[in-house]
Amino acid sequence: MAIREKILNAVINCFKRHGAKGIDTPVFELKEVLTEKYGEESRLIYDLKDQGGELLALRYDLTVPFARYLAMNKIKKMKRYHVGKDFDIAGQFDPMIPDAECLKIIHEILNTLQLGDFLIKVNDRRVLDGMFAVCGVPDNKFRFICASVDKLGKMSWKDVRQEMIGKMGVTPDVADQIGDYIQQCGGVSLVEQLLQDPKLSQNKQALEGLGDLKLLFEYLTLFGIAEKISFDLSLARGLDYYTGVIYEAVLLQSPAQQGEEALGVGSVAAGGRYDGLVGMFDPKGRKVPCVGLSIGVERIFSIVEQRMEVGPLFRKIQATETQVLVATAQKNFLRERMKLIAELWDAGIRAEMLYKKNPSFLNQLHYCEETGIPLVAIIGEQELKDGVIKLRSVASREEVDIKREDIITEIQRRMSES
Amino acid sequence: MADRATLEEAVRLQGERVRGLKQQKAGAELIEEEVAKLLKLKAQLGPDEGKQKFVLKTPKGTRDYNPRQMAVREKVFDVIISCFKRHGAEVIDTPVFELKETLTGKYGEDSKLIYDLKDQGGELLALRYDLTVPFARYLAMNKLTNIKRYHIAKVYRRDNPAMTRGRYREFYQCDFDIAGQFDPMIPDAECLKIICEILSALQLGDFVIKVNDRRILDGMFNVCGVPDSKFRTICSSVDKLDKMSWENVKNEMVEEKGLASEVADHIGAYVKQHGGVSLVEQLLQDSKLSQNKQALEGLGDLKLLFEYLTLFGIAEKASEEKLRTTETQVLVAAAQKKLLEERLKLVAELWDRGIKAELLYKKNPKLLTQLQYCEETGIPLVAIIGEQELKDGVIKLRCVASREEVDIRKENLVEEIRKRTSQYPATIC
Repeated sequence: MAIREKILNAVINCFKRHGAKGIDTPVFELKEVLTEKYGEESRLIYDLKDQGGELLALRYDLTVPFARYLAMNKIKKMKRYHVGKDFDIAGQFDPMIPDAECLKIIHEILNTLQLGDFLIKVNDRRVLDGMFAVCGVPDNKFRFICASVDKLGKMSWKDVRQEMIGKMGVTPDVADQIGDYIQQCGGVSLVEQLLQDPKLSQNKQALEGLGDLKLLFEYLTLFGIAEKISFDLSLARGLDYYTGVIYEAVLLQSPAQQGEEALGVGSVAAGGRYDGLVGMFDPKGRKVPCVGLSIGVERIFSIVEQRMEVGPLFRKIQATETQVLVATAQKNFLRERMKLIAELWDAGIRAEMLYKKNPSFLNQLHYCEETGIPLVAIIGEQELKDGVIKLRSVASREEVDIKREDIITEIQRRMSES
Repeated sequence: MADRATLEEAVRLQGERVRGLKQQKAGAELIEEEVAKLLKLKAQLGPDEGKQKFVLKTPKGTRDYNPRQMAVREKVFDVIISCFKRHGAEVIDTPVFELKETLTGKYGEDSKLIYDLKDQGGELLALRYDLTVPFARYLAMNKLTNIKRYHIAKVYRRDNPAMTRGRYREFYQCDFDIAGQFDPMIPDAECLKIICEILSALQLGDFVIKVNDRRILDGMFNVCGVPDSKFRTICSSVDKLDKMSWENVKNEMVEEKGLASEVADHIGAYVKQHGGVSLVEQLLQDSKLSQNKQALEGLGDLKLLFEYLTLFGIAEKASEEKLRTTETQVLVAAAQKKLLEERLKLVAELWDRGIKAELLYKKNPKLLTQLQYCEETGIPLVAIIGEQELKDGVIKLRCVASREEVDIRKENLVEEIRKRTSQYPATIC
């Protein structure tokens, strides 16, 4: 849990640094709120048993509840984060500035977490749809072809092509045209290139998407992160509610990280623009444009946990933040230990003591070593007479006598230095 | 009626078919055809079934937390969590639902308040009712014999919510538990110390912590003449003394639960007493109670507990702060038009150096609008970029509260912001 807490803190700090406010929503929603928002994936929703009241279901993600919250409270603009996973900017603003901020946030978080090298793939729903249109995909097959393209991360182009022809029923020629496009990725130069593409430049949707991507890259360059961004035409993203730019961050595996092969390459963060979702809840259909991101915290936990076990940098993680153990080497000093520990707690110092009237000194030292507590404050008969506490460093085993009245400042000083 | 039910099911299925076709962007003619079928079916149901009713709300007994409420919540949790940590507790988390069998048989009467999940062909599940049973399950599953842990999470009860009095169906519990075999009453004393620390730190006003012991209660019922079989139910009556008068509680015990009147009177004589350790001493001398082994055990432990509580003592702290919903320290603003690039570059630099910063999402916002934004949201500082300042290599740093502005060299800006925001309470200007 300590790992998880560190990771969540790093993520939330980043969200706060960007001025986001936290909100929270119930773990379940009225079933009607969740109906029709997730397409195929609806069958994965947990329903609650009908116990005579409202029909409920557990939330499937944090985005639909957010849209419901915006509609319910008639909010037009908001920058919010949820639980250390999700971050969204809702509202009508000048184009692509919030979208650029979302990518900046993903970049900051992945850097802070030191997960290694990463890449953020970017695409746009309108570019995808425009591309399908000019390749000759029938309208009613768009979403299916999109789902196929989305599999390129896990399947080879050969297999995806076969699925398109065999299962989706597009002609080989159409599939090949799609293939020519989606195997391309690059920086802003690819955007420029496609803006000149004879077929794509005839498609209004594609042009809109490409124009926005060009502006996005300008802002990303100003933010100093453009070289980690890749415009990737094969990026499709599953969920139906995206309407504009979409993105996905993946870790780039280095050969040294062998233990991770089992986990495979997956995305550690993703998101996009979804301008139509709030309008689905609002009784008058009023739209509030939104763009957001979600950090794949569970995947990140697994990666970090695995690295801690197999990596050469494996270190014990202290599961508590305790700074000092209050101990004694002699019998019948329970009362003195309790008085001292209460003083430490009242001064805000994180302290523990063993729940034994007469614990053995060795047990107390072992406890510190097992749990990672760095200091021991030792009370003894001679020390009481001399008005001192023996302060021991667990790591170095050095002990020094500190005056009773100075013990708190001494502990605080040592903690702030480490 | 069977007919209606079949019809409703047919409507539902047809509705899904139509929605599915629309999502797949199927051909217009096909969609039209299927919609027509749907309308025909709906028409058969009756005129008022045609409209799709949609209510925009959270489920009964639950609520959203808006940013202001989140800020309050976060402050309160910070106090609670730092106290738990100060006492060396580890934190765990468990799933929001458990196997139904894990929760069965643990809550007695209250079991009917558990939220079950629908049987969708897999394991039978239910939402957790508290954090204690999951904790016990965690200990048993991991074969742990001692642990000091805290767990802060939401739990679920299909109660009758009284939301004005803060009673919900989904609500937080902040639990702290010490599991393990230790020397008596030391962990118990620490729990009480923790409650005191937290309530003091939250500044809710004066408080008192009531303490008793199950063994004393049972011993007391015994010497008063309560039949063994009625112990638990009389106990729950006595428990209502904080909400009901003694007359009403006595009435419930005698009229509803069949207790003899003199027995109730004996109980009354005891339960009206409260005090400090002197009451414990007094009861240890009580002619009847001192004959009861259970009561003696309980009283002995309470005496020890009071000794430890005296050694622990309590401290007070005070602080005051304006409530904000974000922690943003500085707004990056521009005094003139066409400075978006510079704003973007500066805000990125600040973020990269760990400063909490924002900018307005407009290419050419008015200065006044930017300043007003700071006042509304409580952002204390503004870093203003201007054409002249750019030439001179400075940023104008403005304190929102005092309106004072000073030119800071670009390379010293982060340092200056940190200095001003690091003092507590923040003395920004």
